[in-house]
Amino acid sequence: MNDDDLEKLKAVMRTATPAPDDANKTANLALARKNFERFQGSVDALRQTPDCPETGFFREVRMLLNFLSNRVALAASAAIVAFGAVMLLPIGDALGPPTISANREAVTPEPVPDYQAQAGATAEVPSSADRVSAERRLRALSPTTASRDREDSTYVTEAVENKLQIVEPSWFSAEDRTEEFANANDNPVKVAAESPVSTFSIDVDTASYSVVRSSLLNGYLPPFEAVRVEEMINYFPYAHPAPEGDAPFQPTVSVSPTPWNADTKLLQIAIQGALPEIEDRPPLNLVFLIDTSGSMDEANKLPILKQSFRLLLEQLRPEDEVAIVTYAGTAGQVLDPTPARDRNTIHTALDRLYAGGPTAGQAGLQQAYATARGMTVDGEVTRVILATDGDFNVGISDPERLKEFIERQAGIGAYLSVLGFGRGNLDDATMQVLAQNGNGTAAYIDTLGEARKVLVDQLSGALYPIADDVKIQVEFNPSQVAEYRLIGYETRTLRREDFNNDAVDAGEIGAGHSVTAIYEVTPVGSPARLTDPLRFQVDEITSTSDELGFLRLRYKSPGTTTSRLIEQPVTADLAPSPEAGFAAAIAGFGQLLRGSNYLGDWSWDDAIALANANRGDDLYGYRAEAVQLMRLAQSLDQR
Amino acid sequence: MYMATSDEELALAAAGGDAAAFSKLLERRYDSLFALCFRLTGSRAEAEDLTQDICAALPAKLAGFRGDARFATWLYRVAVNAAHDRRRRAAAHAKAAAGWGDQELDRRAANAEAADKVRWLRQAMRALPNDLRDTLALVLDELTHADAGQVLGVSEGTISWRISEAKKIIRAQRETEDRT
Repeated sequence: MNDDDLEKLKAVMRTATPAPDDANKTANLALARKNFERFQGSVDALRQTPDCPETGFFREVRMLLNFLSNRVALAASAAIVAFGAVMLLPIGDALGPPTISANREAVTPEPVPDYQAQAGATAEVPSSADRVSAERRLRALSPTTASRDREDSTYVTEAVENKLQIVEPSWFSAEDRTEEFANANDNPVKVAAESPVSTFSIDVDTASYSVVRSSLLNGYLPPFEAVRVEEMINYFPYAHPAPEGDAPFQPTVSVSPTPWNADTKLLQIAIQGALPEIEDRPPLNLVFLIDTSGSMDEANKLPILKQSFRLLLEQLRPEDEVAIVTYAGTAGQVLDPTPARDRNTIHTALDRLYAGGPTAGQAGLQQAYATARGMTVDGEVTRVILATDGDFNVGISDPERLKEFIERQAGIGAYLSVLGFGRGNLDDATMQVLAQNGNGTAAYIDTLGEARKVLVDQLSGALYPIADDVKIQVEFNPSQVAEYRLIGYETRTLRREDFNNDAVDAGEIGAGHSVTAIYEVTPVGSPARLTDPLRFQVDEITSTSDELGFLRLRYKSPGTTTSRLIEQPVTADLAPSPEAGFAAAIAGFGQLLRGSNYLGDWSWDDAIALANANRGDDLYGYRAEAVQLMRLAQSLDQR
Repeated sequence: MYMATSDEELALAAAGGDAAAFSKLLERRYDSLFALCFRLTGSRAEAEDLTQDICAALPAKLAGFRGDARFATWLYRVAVNAAHDRRRRAAAHAKAAAGWGDQELDRRAANAEAADKVRWLRQAMRALPNDLRDTLALVLDELTHADAGQVLGVSEGTISWRISEAKKIIRAQRETEDRT
């Protein structure tokens, strides 16, 4: 045999090698992922051992990092920011796996791995498949994700377009990922003459931004479906004009040049919710429903959760009441309704929480709501706060019933908010569905800094609803606007007729919240137009109005069932809002992360420059942090 | 958006507990891992089983990845070790452990000419002792002798020697074949 033979052998080997079986591949990947999760669990159990000397030290490092990631920027001149970004990387690397040394010791003692035993884990695959399909059914209940799973076409018009846009995530089918993200492809460009009306529900969630940040700080770009542009924009506080008188919120509409396209314009619709004085707030009843399953036993889960709730307690008034119910591990009501003035009792109850122990299949959710009902007196605000790392085994396993249950409770005034902790098992899609049906918000808490933002700085917004079912509808004027495109809100699209249908659920605005929606608008005659006018359909545009469009807003006051309407024309001469620049920079940031193809050669440098130029007062350093993240993403994107 | 991230970075992130990175990494490497498993066993069914073994054990193994080798090389080492374990177990259960005995391969071939070629490959691989066969499988998988040496934990020279031994055996086996 000579080298020729070797080459021939190589060629035959190539053709003889079969492709892997798809079903086996899916099952094997699921198995690997499951074992990964289990393995991480055992590592984390190790981490929490009190006699493990690293824990304290690494906790300090982690705190330092949290401190840095939120604070470096606070004082920041550009030079300090640059320095911060550079020094964050190595610390981030050292930080990630504080347990590595510990887990190596734990793992290496098996010289010859027992593959038989490992293979025994296979038996678990079907049960996980059951669970997953249950989750999928749950997601199917949400109109925003339904089109992914559903074959029937009860969900027509805009949803049909959505259906075409839905792409399966690239590295796992939707059924077998550990982290589930709710998202769809970018909203498409619409021709104003053909479909002049755009309708969507507002979205005040911020979970996506935190997930993006956590990915970037860990040194990799987030998967595109984890990036929801509107949640990134709405993460930041803006100084929009506040409503006057009794109005619950004030819309501000502005038109400004598009940073990434000289021939289009950005139409920004910003809604600023009223912020009632603290003394005027109704008494508050909070039920913490806390996941104490084994997987919560990680430095960035239960310990941060306890800290977060302590921060929250500081914000409550003495007469507000708190109760704690746990599920999935140590089970049951661990704190009866207790007035916030009785701080020691609450702190003690929090301290006693630990993750793990036998998994009890008890009805955590029902118990939490029953407790909440018992606490509520007329005129008080009641909210269940579900804190979890992705285990939604809350006591009702049928997703349809779970959704109905949460919706019914929201209908009688008990709202639900969901706080996500930790990465790895995070079920973003289910979080979104639960919070949307529970008239609440979903937030993802990765650092104590984020906990402070969600539970302290924006506590009022998170806990006191001021308007329910807020829907936005914009009708574009085809004589002025050739094309338009809604940036973000992919998971929030509504049918045109749903706008006036008060039975159709939509997003809530909390006290002090601000929500921004951005359209990229191509004026008639602009060279930026992407579509050609139709040849055989003569445009019969009779409108002589020079308005760009017409804005309609619907909302319900909390506790009422009839919506109110706000209308306002959108004219081209509206002045750009001073806050529009930063929102546009973040819109660009999100689209860069999503790999959107509407940005032309607009680059990371442009995004950074635009954000820096529009930092404004930035009292808490959120905007400076965003600039850091952009720089981090830029360097990761270049590798 | 993970595209820009190297295998090694993903592996280190996964070793640090990042499930998304782990998923992405395994998905990226799965097909080539399966191909190698096939080349080590010569049977589609065996390859599926072996791949499953490796997937099950990988999370624990990965904690030992330190980034001092290319991830692909490291993963091949894991695969070769798993294949050895499997052979040992098969031997202990008194099952025939000889790889490349699966005649289904010939039947899957597109036509008679291809079937002849596959039979030739199969018989060549069968004629080799395990260590030479593993070595040849790696080299046929486009690994350099240096990389194959890293995977098998032997020197580059040993790999070259094994390949020339393998060539001799295959030539001798072919001559026997031709005479009959």
